[in-house]
Amino acid sequence: MTGSLLTVEQLSVSIATRRGSVAAVRDVSFAVEAGEVVGMVGESGSGKSVTALAVMGILPPAAQITNGRILFLGRELDPIRRRHGQREGLAIIFQNPRAALNPIRPVGRQIVDALRAHAPLSSQQAAAYATELLQRVRVGEPERRFWSYPFELSGGMCQRVMIAIALACRPRLLVADEPTTGLDVTTQKVILDLLAELTAAEGLATILITHDLALAGERCARLVVMQGGRTIECGHTADVLTRPREAYTRALLAATPRAPGKGPASADFATDSSDAHRSKLPLLEIRGLQRHFRLRQTGGLFAQTWARFRRTGAPRPVSVLRAVDDIDLTIGEGESVGLVGESGSGKSTLAGLVVRLIDPTAGRIVFRGNEIGTIPARKFTRSQFRHDIQMVFQDPSGSLDPRLTAFAAISEPIRLLGRLDRARPLAAVVGNLAEMVGLPATLLTRLPHQLSGGEKARVGIARAIALRPSLLVLDEPTAALDVRVQDVVLDLLARLRRDFSMTFLFISHDLAVVRQICDRVLVMRAGKIVDGGASEHLLTAPHHPYTRDLVAAIPRLPSEHRDESAGAAELFRGVFSG
Amino acid sequence: MTTVAPTTVKLRLPPGSGSLILLAIVAVAAAAGPRLAPYDPLATSVSAALQPPSASHWFGTDALGRDILSRVLTAARLDLAIAAAAVGLSFGIGTAAGITAGYAGGWSDRLIGHVTDMIMAFPLFVLAMGIVAAAGDTVANIVYATAIINIPTYVRVGRAEVLIRRDAPFVQSARLAGNGTFRLLLAHVFPNVLPPLVVQASLNMGYAILNAAGLSFIGLGVRPPTPEWGIMVADGASYIVSGEWWVWLFPGLALAGTVFVFNLAGDGLRDFLDPHRRH
Amino acid sequence: MGRVIASRLVGVLGVLASVIVVTFFLTRALPADPAVYFAGMGGTQAAIEAMRAKLGLDHSLIVQFGFYLRDLAHGNLGMSLTTGHSVLSDLMARLPASFELTIVALLLALAVGLPAGIGAALRPDSWFDHLVRVLGTAGVAMPTFFTGLLLLHVFYFDLAWAPPPLGRIGAFIAPPPHVTGFYLIDSLLAGQVQTLIDAVRHIALPALTLALFAVAPIARATRAAMLDALASDFIRTARVIPLSSFRTIVVYAFGNALLPVLTSVGMVFSFLLGANVLVEKVFAWPGIGTYAINALIAADYAPVQGFVLVMAVLYIGLNLAVDLAVIATDPRAAAT
Repeated sequence: MTGSLLTVEQLSVSIATRRGSVAAVRDVSFAVEAGEVVGMVGESGSGKSVTALAVMGILPPAAQITNGRILFLGRELDPIRRRHGQREGLAIIFQNPRAALNPIRPVGRQIVDALRAHAPLSSQQAAAYATELLQRVRVGEPERRFWSYPFELSGGMCQRVMIAIALACRPRLLVADEPTTGLDVTTQKVILDLLAELTAAEGLATILITHDLALAGERCARLVVMQGGRTIECGHTADVLTRPREAYTRALLAATPRAPGKGPASADFATDSSDAHRSKLPLLEIRGLQRHFRLRQTGGLFAQTWARFRRTGAPRPVSVLRAVDDIDLTIGEGESVGLVGESGSGKSTLAGLVVRLIDPTAGRIVFRGNEIGTIPARKFTRSQFRHDIQMVFQDPSGSLDPRLTAFAAISEPIRLLGRLDRARPLAAVVGNLAEMVGLPATLLTRLPHQLSGGEKARVGIARAIALRPSLLVLDEPTAALDVRVQDVVLDLLARLRRDFSMTFLFISHDLAVVRQICDRVLVMRAGKIVDGGASEHLLTAPHHPYTRDLVAAIPRLPSEHRDESAGAAELFRGVFSG
Repeated sequence: MTTVAPTTVKLRLPPGSGSLILLAIVAVAAAAGPRLAPYDPLATSVSAALQPPSASHWFGTDALGRDILSRVLTAARLDLAIAAAAVGLSFGIGTAAGITAGYAGGWSDRLIGHVTDMIMAFPLFVLAMGIVAAAGDTVANIVYATAIINIPTYVRVGRAEVLIRRDAPFVQSARLAGNGTFRLLLAHVFPNVLPPLVVQASLNMGYAILNAAGLSFIGLGVRPPTPEWGIMVADGASYIVSGEWWVWLFPGLALAGTVFVFNLAGDGLRDFLDPHRRH
Repeated sequence: MGRVIASRLVGVLGVLASVIVVTFFLTRALPADPAVYFAGMGGTQAAIEAMRAKLGLDHSLIVQFGFYLRDLAHGNLGMSLTTGHSVLSDLMARLPASFELTIVALLLALAVGLPAGIGAALRPDSWFDHLVRVLGTAGVAMPTFFTGLLLLHVFYFDLAWAPPPLGRIGAFIAPPPHVTGFYLIDSLLAGQVQTLIDAVRHIALPALTLALFAVAPIARATRAAMLDALASDFIRTARVIPLSSFRTIVVYAFGNALLPVLTSVGMVFSFLLGANVLVEKVFAWPGIGTYAINALIAADYAPVQGFVLVMAVLYIGLNLAVDLAVIATDPRAAAT
């Protein structure tokens, strides 16, 4: 451990909360060598981010280091001196890069600020270096982009600017705290590739913090697995991922979504779906579906009228967003169809159209042979089909009324749309549903803010299946959940589908998850469906260039590398880097 | 993660209740005002004119020998009644308009927006002066004027709160569960929108009291000898040069104190109604 | 940016139009008989009839509005019965007094409120923070006229530091030669030090009263905006680089906090212009507020209408200034 670039010895951090002191980090020890890429992996609450903040010396005022020490370049880092800025050689980049940049200052000037904080440069020199840095992080037209504001840049570009700022601090160690979470999967790969290249060129050591085990496996030489503030397992990536010693690590590996054939549930899935696929009765048919949004003009009545008159003579520029642009699709009874796309592809709009929350601009939606697209969304509540098409929402926190208990939330569709049986009182029905989704009955009296993410997700599912819908649309139902909870919820969904013969339209940006739960996949981009096919074929050997890009960007665990024919090169890269 | 239990035991009152209790005290005192008054607020006595505070007259007497304590207590009713009526009116009209504008959108949103902008184009107190001047100098018009200038607050808050909920996932989920528009508004939107509006109403009461008092300070609305805090301060202002400070101080303190209690209560209500605090 | 400014200016025209319509309705469409309104309480029947003809009340409302617009375009706001001059000339003569008072009060309020808010945000939960919060909550509860009387009592009656509340300048001192109408500026320009000192002594208490009214909302808004800015992710970035304290707090944090503060200053103007009227009454300040109050009591309504219109125009102008300041400092506003 001596001679390491960074040594963390038995670090403990506690945070003062309203309910008392909470130990966020407990007795954590690890080391990072010069030039090495170390991954810190764990679920939410594992303490990985707090450890990073402690190393950087920017713990929030409520947090305190209660034990242990941090050695950087052989010297112990004194927390008090650090508060006054002694932080040479360390840099950090965060999740949500746009928020991490000053919104009213041009990005180039922000890089200049960072440069001048570390070296006595004139403003011209600093500006020149800043432009160079922008070029190094592959921002096109760096002289022009110097003057851009964060709101004018995409998420990926903002993260590049953050990397430039980090480089301006001349670090020996770069901490990257979930740097690509929230970015599109193709952007993710590009940013991580850039980081890998830069750190190799500069000889930087990196700590990559992520909840995605596969991602860490691909990019890091060594892994530190954390849970509940403690380090569970430490070691070389290949060892940790192929021969895990601890039960928790094994559980994480098992829960990480990958190719079909993973476990009993999905095995049933595969056989079930292929049988169902043979019955050719289409449950849902969509032809030529379009949904346009007119972009709002700003300004009051007079400004708008003025704008309208000002351009008489010249053709007015059309500002229309084609969220769903001429889509055809068919879903057979009992199928599980996945819909993948990056942000802005229109998949959520399509979901809204299918469940009839939004009205189409053009096209037909046919359900069980009935034309439901023409029934206005406002009136669809009273339609006979309302109970038969339901949706599980993405964000469990936002999709439950904060003032309703879990019981009230689950019973509402039954009370409003169901036929209440005298023989079966409402409490019994709700209790039954709770049991089916694995929600303990004692939690039924709780309000949403008193439930965990996984529990809220179960309430949402119970509410959606309460009336046994034939078609269930799931809009990113597990995106906000930890990987083990996600695994449990996906298994639950598979089981429910089998038990009630439901048809799924599963929408996600996460191809690995879709691969696990769907037998057919459609790929959506900019409002159109660009590719489609059986998930096994499409996602292992894609033909369409866009699909190929998407698939190439999925991080893979080592075992998957061995399973796939084109995996050898990636295997070596992941294991032997650094 | 382990937690360390706090060592002190706190009284289990819901948060924010302290200020609401204060508010209740003020309301009761106002209602009981005339009965608590030791003297007839209208009874004049030339011999006892302009007496400083003493054992017999805790707040002293004014130029006509009337007991100031009794007048302050009696005035509470009138001032609170005017403010309550004005807030009630503006709350009713403003929230209905704001919720409609937020939920229905389209032309109703634009129309209500324009009317609100028209009111907010003026410094509000000045507009109130103009309305009272035009409509006539009566207490009823003080109420209407104060109501009109307060409507935009409720429109803005109502509209903003509805917009947050209208497209929120839980509202969409409620639609899927079978809620028609009416039921959606009643059962899901209102219960989430009303608390911030009620908090606003409490904060607004303070502002309405100040407004009404300001209008009567400059001579509009209430006529002597009716006791009202604003005109009592105005009466007292003529004695600033000669030093009979008690004539204006006590009604002024009553005003400031009442407004302060309403402001505190507004903050207290905000905590009280927050579903996240419920256990 | 040009387009955004242009759309703001067009918006201002719209607001002006609504103001004109509303003031028109204030005198014509409300229950009171407009002719009596303009003839005044002392008007004889003949005067009322003459006024009715002059106002064109026998015509339809649209035509009356046309007359009203024509009058406005000529700067004709009617005649004051109490002073005998045109309302416009009366208002113009008294406007500098009110404006000077408001500006001085605003500057004072900003000078105290901004640092107080920033200081409170930088030291959360300190005694200073609690003090600022308490004063902020208590400050908005005090009626302006009450504060004015309190200050007068302490500083004039008890301590005799302040002059008697009888106007802008001592009874025996001549006002400075008229350049702007602002006594403080004019006496400075003319080099009349004694006059300047006297003017300052007279404006001190009323400006302080008005400033106290505005300090509370400004301090509260600044504190809230600074707390938000300091808690944001980009300040975390600034701290981690690390940027100097000055740059982090002043340039990064306050630069972003300025935007919501500017917006709340716009709202503070509404209160300030209203409170101006009350302060003028307490201190017998010869501004347009006193003018309007006297006219109101004397049932002389044309000045009141003119006063409302001028105040509204002033308010629109101040809000436009705030809007333009926001556009100048916030690139996001300049781009929409």
